[in-house]
Amino acid sequence: MQTQQNVPLVEMRDMAISFGGIHAVDGVDVDLYGGEVVAVLGHNGAGKSTLIKMLSGAYRGSRGDIKIHGEPAIINTPHDAKRYGIETIYQTLALADNIDAAGNLFLGRELQTRWGTLDDVAMEAETRKVMKRLNPNFTRFREPVKALSGGQRQSVAIARAVHFNAKILIMDEPTAALGPQETKQVSELILELKKQGIGIFLISHDIHDVFDLADRVAVMKNGKLVGSARTSEVTKDEVLGMIILGKVPENAIPGPGAEVD
Amino acid sequence: MEQKTSRIGRFLNALELDVRLLGMVLALLAIWVVFDVLSGGSFITPRNLFNISIQSASVMVMATGMVFVIVTRNIDLSVGSILGFIGMLIGVMQVNLLPDLMGQGHILLWLVALLSGIVIGALIGGLQGAIIAFLGVPAFIVTLGGLLVWRGAAWWVTSGQTVAPMDPTFRLIGGGNGGTIGYWPSLIVGIICCVLIIVSLVTGRQQRKRFDFPLRPMWAEFVLAGLGITIVMGIVGIANSYYMPARVAKRYAEANGIAVPEEGLQIAYGLPIPVLIAIGVAIVMTFVAKRTRFGRYVFAQGGNPEAAELSGINTRMMTVAIFSVMGMLCGLASAISTARLNASTNATGTLDELLVIAAAVIGGTSLNGGVGTIVGAVLGALVMQSLQSGMVLLGFDAPLQNMVVGVVLILAVYIDIVYRRRAA
Repeated sequence: MQTQQNVPLVEMRDMAISFGGIHAVDGVDVDLYGGEVVAVLGHNGAGKSTLIKMLSGAYRGSRGDIKIHGEPAIINTPHDAKRYGIETIYQTLALADNIDAAGNLFLGRELQTRWGTLDDVAMEAETRKVMKRLNPNFTRFREPVKALSGGQRQSVAIARAVHFNAKILIMDEPTAALGPQETKQVSELILELKKQGIGIFLISHDIHDVFDLADRVAVMKNGKLVGSARTSEVTKDEVLGMIILGKVPENAIPGPGAEVD
Repeated sequence: MEQKTSRIGRFLNALELDVRLLGMVLALLAIWVVFDVLSGGSFITPRNLFNISIQSASVMVMATGMVFVIVTRNIDLSVGSILGFIGMLIGVMQVNLLPDLMGQGHILLWLVALLSGIVIGALIGGLQGAIIAFLGVPAFIVTLGGLLVWRGAAWWVTSGQTVAPMDPTFRLIGGGNGGTIGYWPSLIVGIICCVLIIVSLVTGRQQRKRFDFPLRPMWAEFVLAGLGITIVMGIVGIANSYYMPARVAKRYAEANGIAVPEEGLQIAYGLPIPVLIAIGVAIVMTFVAKRTRFGRYVFAQGGNPEAAELSGINTRMMTVAIFSVMGMLCGLASAISTARLNASTNATGTLDELLVIAAAVIGGTSLNGGVGTIVGAVLGALVMQSLQSGMVLLGFDAPLQNMVVGVVLILAVYIDIVYRRRAA
């Protein structure tokens, strides 16, 4: 229907997973192109976080194919996902509170010296470089991240993704825990990353958080895809109707979870 | 007043010293002074401090491992029993098994026994860790079961019979008779430690300079170096001013062909081998905690297990490895206890798990996970042993000693909670 010449960055087809007989995600198709922001919306328990955890390797789906750059990809662990350039920023931030910014940035991928010990100085130097680009006001490099504000912690989490050349960024409720000032900061960061050609999934249950940032929305309900739409072609109210009632407006593409009357 | 506290705060900040740790050192010194006053000056003597250091060595060794266990939100209640079981095994090896295999009094007999103990410890710990990590049984239950299982196994080895005596070289590990390194070697060890302190401060500063990071003020570097050297040389000084009793010195002189002068001999014991082992373990474990990936993962897993897992850390294998390290340290501690006692009994190490956990917790290891230092645990072990020795010196009965230790443990955790609440 849409004329996209280039191959999508991510293609997820017929994704499914169930927990104890409940279909948390059931036959969902979603695409993401380079330099595009797609918001995955739905109520709590709609299955959006679960869907995205299959892409980031935290869950193994019972069904479904993932293609990255048109090539079939096998993602069983967070490590696999990172190999494909998929970086995830979780709702719970996935930062170890008791460790400093550099330690968190390199967690699981520490730089080591010739003797196999941690090269803390080099890691701090790299961290200072990345943070200078993302958040020049950041100065508290040697404190546990517990001591940082929500926005600062979020920028550490984003820095971690960016530093390892993420091609695909997944952000779970990126602004839910932040004040207005910090939300603005993160929004600017997202636009900046988009400019660099990174594809971004935003997961949210609150449409107001993400509508203005997203190019497209994909709405889920009860584990199924209600439909997807360009944000330029639908209104917030219409998307709200998709989330709450499963009603698909004219300009949207209906999915298997759409209400038919 | 306000001005003054902030000045002290700035002073400590510049030193980048852990305020908590400093508090512990002061608490330890306070305990020493109080006991010294109450006992009429017989607590702060080279002899008493020397004995405290030897008596706490085995608990110190295990407490360093307990830090990793507790930091990852686990607990190990079985360490005392593992110590007892391994003690029986290495006792039987030395008395019954190895002399037949290697020949009586073989020079490497002690090493085979020691290494076997460490390997068995690694296997026992690894087994418990695997049950915790892969079968999902809580550490509290697995190691509570282990407490009974290994204590029973210790009895089983010889049906409760005590095994003695140990190999003469093996006995040196315990610090008794000849288990000290003497005056000059102690001094040399001390000087080497001082040089290492200075070298590490200098290289640290150079590294930070190379990357243009903020530096400590120069005076702070000197204060730190001075502090380190004072502590090291203080320990050496105590060990070197504890002299052998005349009779022991005479026997020692005869055995080593030293002429005994008219006015008698003054031979210093020097640093005890078990204390050197404990210090060595503490240094290695601090290195592992701060400078290796393994240590970083231990703390990451303790701070946020989910984050650690999502970062691709194999938290299950980490748990197995951490309990395995704990088991190895139990094996080493078992060698120290057995060598010191010069016998293996099935009751060795009874209640040690409580001393070890108390040492780690008093030393600032948080039961909520993610926080703890090796140095703190070592200091904690010293505090526990100082309290016990002090009470013995004052003639407290054993049940009363246990009551005091119990109250101190609760108090220490309460102080920790208050401290963290205020810091947050």
